[in-house]
Amino acid sequence: MGQHETYDVTIVGGGVIGCAIARELTRYDLKTALIEKQCEVGFGTSKSNSGIIHAGHHSSSDTLKGPLEWAGNQLWTQLHQELDFGFERVGELMVAWHPEQLETLKHYKEQGEARGVSGLEIWERDRLFKEEPNLNPDIFAALFAPTAGVVNPYEVCFSLIDSARQNGLDLYVSSQVENLSQIDNSWLIKTANKELKTRYVINAAGLHADTIAEMAGLKTYAIKPRKGEEYMLDGRLKGIVKRIIFPCPSGVSKGVLVIPTFNGTIMVGPTAQNIEDKEDLSTSMEGSSTIFSQVKQVVPGINERDCIAEFAGLRAVADGEDFIIGPSAKKGFINVAGIQSPGLTAAPAIAIKVTNILSDEGLLLNPNENFEPTVPKRVIFANLKTEEQIELAAKDPRYSHICCRCEEITEGEVVEAIHMGAETLDGIKFRTRAGMGRCQGGFCTWRCMELISRELDIPITEVTKRGGNSWIICEHDLEPKSGDKP
Amino acid sequence: MITNRPVHLRKNYDVVISGGGPAGMAAALGAKEAGAEKILMVDREKEAGGILWQCIHNGFGLHHFKEELTGPEYAQRYLEQVIEHEIDILTDTYLYDIDREKNIKLMSGEHGINLIDSKSVILAMGARERTRGAVRIPGSRPAGVLTAGLAQKFVNMKGYLPGRKVVILGSGDIGLIMARRLVLEGVDVVGVFEIMPHVNGLSRNVVQCLHDFDIPLHLSTTVARIHGNERVERITVAPVDETMQPILSKSWDIECDTLLLSIGLIPENELSRRINLRFDPVTTGPIVNSSMETSIDGVFACGNVVHIHDLVDFVSQESLLAGRGAGEFITDSRNPADNIRLIPGDNVAYCLPHTISTDREHTIYMRVRKPMEKCTIQFGDVYGRKLAYVYPAEMVTIKMRPKLLQDFHGDFLRVNVVPR
Repeated sequence: MGQHETYDVTIVGGGVIGCAIARELTRYDLKTALIEKQCEVGFGTSKSNSGIIHAGHHSSSDTLKGPLEWAGNQLWTQLHQELDFGFERVGELMVAWHPEQLETLKHYKEQGEARGVSGLEIWERDRLFKEEPNLNPDIFAALFAPTAGVVNPYEVCFSLIDSARQNGLDLYVSSQVENLSQIDNSWLIKTANKELKTRYVINAAGLHADTIAEMAGLKTYAIKPRKGEEYMLDGRLKGIVKRIIFPCPSGVSKGVLVIPTFNGTIMVGPTAQNIEDKEDLSTSMEGSSTIFSQVKQVVPGINERDCIAEFAGLRAVADGEDFIIGPSAKKGFINVAGIQSPGLTAAPAIAIKVTNILSDEGLLLNPNENFEPTVPKRVIFANLKTEEQIELAAKDPRYSHICCRCEEITEGEVVEAIHMGAETLDGIKFRTRAGMGRCQGGFCTWRCMELISRELDIPITEVTKRGGNSWIICEHDLEPKSGDKP
Repeated sequence: MITNRPVHLRKNYDVVISGGGPAGMAAALGAKEAGAEKILMVDREKEAGGILWQCIHNGFGLHHFKEELTGPEYAQRYLEQVIEHEIDILTDTYLYDIDREKNIKLMSGEHGINLIDSKSVILAMGARERTRGAVRIPGSRPAGVLTAGLAQKFVNMKGYLPGRKVVILGSGDIGLIMARRLVLEGVDVVGVFEIMPHVNGLSRNVVQCLHDFDIPLHLSTTVARIHGNERVERITVAPVDETMQPILSKSWDIECDTLLLSIGLIPENELSRRINLRFDPVTTGPIVNSSMETSIDGVFACGNVVHIHDLVDFVSQESLLAGRGAGEFITDSRNPADNIRLIPGDNVAYCLPHTISTDREHTIYMRVRKPMEKCTIQFGDVYGRKLAYVYPAEMVTIKMRPKLLQDFHGDFLRVNVVPR
């Protein structure tokens, strides 16, 4: 033996939390790896996240969530400057329907201010409707929080992992952990086709963090899935609201939101439904009608007829609803579990917290002298000025071929995404937006399949939607199968 | 491959046509006929002809050519005429942007990005298919849920199958055609499911594509759930009640690997929205006059951009008018302005064009909201026409002769379809 790779730290799980930790650790002179069971990072819970960077005033101060939400919020500006993902502090409005709910708005304002959240203002009707004329005129007042922002969560995962890899991280995708064992002062991690030896294991396995913990011999918590359905609306509703609209909170979730995503498309959702099956990503009629009936109340101009796509994600909920972050009874095994909302917001702060925990647990953190904080800028053709487009297309004709007409993505961008690791239609979709628009891939599916086949040199029938058995096309069975031959 | 590529792109054109499908080709011929000289037809595919290339079944051209052609044959006949008339065709090119002054940005595989302008523009981008999101089918999101048109492209253009056991949701024409096509390719087509109590495609397609091939048709039934995490494994279908909600107690499951959607077409009007045309909320296409001119002078629209047609022959007919309109706009020989608005009344979803004139003959295209037997179409009280039956899937065309309107002095006509 002794053939396996040896690491200082191995992260299990390539969601936004695992990716953020991975990237943070590459600031130090360490040998690090990340293991992800899906074919790309961010393909689990993270890709279905609402994409909101919460303002910092939502979570209560007596939880882990509270301080990490605000600390995380503040880190996004720098993260955005260093890494190439879309981020904008569009602000949020928590809307109240009755004078009685004014007390709730005040409570959140005070909670935020006590923590240092800046710019919180209660807007009365005049100001509110001047800024957001499409809200229901019956709304009474709103709490404005300018620090809230929107990102594309999958883009964040890709940027973080691209940066981490550039700084030395080893990434293993399509690798599900099958076994964990402690040998001497190390852990042995087994996947179907690999064995890694590592001093520290970071359990960032999201919905399956309890399973991974159990493999390590820890039966201390359970993770339950809580489903959230989201509905994406046609691009022509762009601008119907400029800020994220929250209802005045009540109960377990933050309620149904109207979200102007980073690209301007309006998304509505999520629902909050406790379920048992950790693979159940189905949407439902009840979900759709709950969301649209609530959203139509808040923004009457929105209609289910404008829906172009729907999806569901599963929040990883731990007992007691709070984050579980810290060392465990097993030396070198660190849990980062139960990361539900505001997990995305808190991710950069969680990454720093985990680094400090590793240090406390005896890991020596020497700076990585070669750490490069920025990643190369991706071309987003549609955002370029005409002169820049002309110049780029003249230099590289792949930028004069439109691949996805709804989102105006060129062949150049798709090829670039493939070179960065996208091997599936979903991989291309989440890296470039090709296939995400109103025709939902009707036009670009074949073009993207051809490009994957060409660039990766695989038969076109082997191109999948997102790995595994998600094939797109098949051949005719003209020949009898070999087993049928006499 | 037939192309007529310009050796070099001009900076200025008389007429630029966005889209080289049946609408664009007929419009090009119309513009030429009416005297326009510098005409450019732009198409994003490698060859002009549009969706006709993948429609390899027959049934095209019965009205226009008085014979039954396949889609590619119909395309070929038009394309040959376009080339004969020395109209420039620029394929592999995407009309990326346009403004109200008719400045145009083109992205061309061969020519890179070019800024040109045109005196007149014809919008002929066709339509796109409605997708799963539009009807919000509950369930998981595996591979194997696709539109019938995309499946048609896989089978007819690329030589691959979309799956081996297929359920079709929606009885639009493309779905019916694909049901037969897939059976011919050896695919197991379990059935066609339609939420409405009536079929959404042409009757001849129901007979020739479903009945002749023993493919079951389930009316007032819909897909209530999709199952399978990676690829479709199973779907749940259920009859619907009067409010179109599935009755889950009567549902049943079908094992299959593919769900094809034939749930309607949407006029492709992204470019039209950039220049803020006025739209008809029912068709979702631009409002047009009897020359197919939109609310902006010199901007014309035709084909499925304006409303969804069931026969390509009518697309050609209507697009010829748009082309002539553009040509007349260039040569300053336009018809007098329209003086009568058509207003959809009882059991009329829409009628086109939105305005007509009393000085010449017009063809009026309309769709009803619900099926009706033994009825009369009334144009105000000036003209009535008896019909044996009408139903939403079949467009009604009526010729309006000028002499019918010679004594009419109002400025609008309400169109009603009423029982006799």
